[in-house]
Amino acid sequence: MNNIQNEKMELVCPAGNLPALKIAVDNGADAVYIGFKDDTNARHFAGLNFNEKRTIEGIEYAHNKGCKVFLAINTYPQADGWQRWINAVDRASKLKFDALIAADIGVLDYASSKYPDLRLHLSVQGSATNTESIQFYYDNFAIQRVVLPRVLSLKQVEQVAQTSPVPLEVFGFGSLCVMVEGRCLLSSYATGKSPNTFGACSPASAVEWQETSSGLQTRLNNILIDQYKKDEPAAYPTLCKGRFEVSNNTYYAIEEPTSLNTIELLPELQKIGIAAIKIEGRQRSPAYVKQVSEVWREALDNCHNNADEYTVKQQWLQTLHSVSEGRSTTLGAYHRPWQ
Amino acid sequence: MNTSTIKLSLGPIQYFWDRGTTFDFYKQIANTNIDIVYLGETVCPKRKLLRRDDWFEIASLLTSAGKEVILSSMTLIEANSELSAVKTLCSNTDFTVEANDMSAVQLLKGKPFVTGPAVNIYNPYSLKMLAKHGLKRWVLPVELSKDSLKEMQLQRPDNVETEVLVYGRLPLAYSARCFTARSHNLPKDDCQLRCLDDPDGLLLSTQEDEKFLVINGIQTQSAKTSNLILEIDELIDLNVDVLRISPPSKHTEKIIDLFYKTLNESYPAEKSSIELQKLMPAGGYCNGYWHGTNGMNWQESTEESLCQATQ
Repeated sequence: MNNIQNEKMELVCPAGNLPALKIAVDNGADAVYIGFKDDTNARHFAGLNFNEKRTIEGIEYAHNKGCKVFLAINTYPQADGWQRWINAVDRASKLKFDALIAADIGVLDYASSKYPDLRLHLSVQGSATNTESIQFYYDNFAIQRVVLPRVLSLKQVEQVAQTSPVPLEVFGFGSLCVMVEGRCLLSSYATGKSPNTFGACSPASAVEWQETSSGLQTRLNNILIDQYKKDEPAAYPTLCKGRFEVSNNTYYAIEEPTSLNTIELLPELQKIGIAAIKIEGRQRSPAYVKQVSEVWREALDNCHNNADEYTVKQQWLQTLHSVSEGRSTTLGAYHRPWQ
Repeated sequence: MNTSTIKLSLGPIQYFWDRGTTFDFYKQIANTNIDIVYLGETVCPKRKLLRRDDWFEIASLLTSAGKEVILSSMTLIEANSELSAVKTLCSNTDFTVEANDMSAVQLLKGKPFVTGPAVNIYNPYSLKMLAKHGLKRWVLPVELSKDSLKEMQLQRPDNVETEVLVYGRLPLAYSARCFTARSHNLPKDDCQLRCLDDPDGLLLSTQEDEKFLVINGIQTQSAKTSNLILEIDELIDLNVDVLRISPPSKHTEKIIDLFYKTLNESYPAEKSSIELQKLMPAGGYCNGYWHGTNGMNWQESTEESLCQATQ
């Protein structure tokens, strides 16, 4: 029901702080998404995110320029932290957010019953990959949009779009989760902290970089994630992107350090009726936000103006590769052979 | 069957075993002291050596042996065909269904249902919401600790039972990508069902030979076997209703027997724990999540009691 063709896809950009928010707004974001300064959101990193003063300033700045602001409260509270999540929802209701992005059933239940006018989006951390799952969140909490996990092929995205009760937001660019979001515990298995419970994967506090005689080693809570020869570029030791040994072969057994990039799929995503394209990277610098927002604004405008003539510019790819993990990008699960 | 009120369950087989092996396995299970058996393929929709009728035949065998049978749904639903299979499963009128994805939760509304470990019930409010929906039993998500469970139990709605995975490799993640096929340089669409070669999955080690994870098709598991037998008294104190064992390819009857004896025949947990260690697949053991630390950790205090038991 949502696949109204030719509707313009919204560009949703990340903002880890106020400078990044302003840059996203000034460089073409239709919406920015942010988090509060605690573990209620899935980018719970030191020095990142918004206190109340900055939030108010950010919302005012964005709204003055016609840009929406979404708030992510998208981790999973346990009983002892429940009040912190509830306080976050209460605070959000008093500010002028355009939507709250949430994942936990309890948080969604609280938000939808206490603040029925608050627009709710189901976070990618809600892990809804199919229409019946989306229907659950729609029937019970009246969600108005869902962010799809990065596990579906393009055909599968289309199938969901055709039957979903609400419009879909999909990831366009940024760090790639290989596992279905919201149901990956690799990080807590190794470090005790996961996206669900703590708001971070492979947290920096558990990371060690060690120069050894055999080269640079990267560790996560002392587990060797990768080691590099001299002059080999080293990557942040995200748990699923290291080199491991399986059946006597040492290789990227799960995934290489690479970023998702779907810029070539824009006309197809538009045709499917996708409502919004999300850019990952609240933990990245304002410079990243500027470069990526600019490229995607131009790409979306070109696609909206004439999808048939749409072509990917080399310059866009150069810019996106320069800010990608391992300076490489992939279509990820959208492209069946990747699977 | 048990003298203890706490029940023992056997989780769905996580790996891909051939048809004969699966039938033989459940014939043996029928003769054990297990109370509840979860049946069905929960990991990969391409594993189809057993058809619906086969599963119903096994279910009937187990029911005749006095077991409660629950049919488990697939965990990661991507294609429409997979969603159709979930719909068919949820519309069955013979057995309760374990929902392993919110799609099944939605389709089971109004019927009594169970949620598996991959359904995110992290707080009492989620539990209450799903209880109104028909939830009759839930499995604690594996990354939650006893402290978190304690609060859940205090606020648990009436008539909702709690189940905890107490033995087995931990299910940690699900992906669109098949890592078993990748390890053989095969695309998923032509995977040749190579996971049949690995009845306990495929070990993934660090470059220092630390056994870290297990690749099981699109699922990633812990290499270590989670073992909470030394925590049985805590589980009882927390009013947990069901203890779940996730079956490895070997020794499942012995594992069930050790848990049964520990629960019902005053067999010392420390002795059972030592015996269980001999039965585990490679990788070692862990109990970290239960104690609120990293999942792969083994809590020192229990190691001390283990040493005492061996003396």
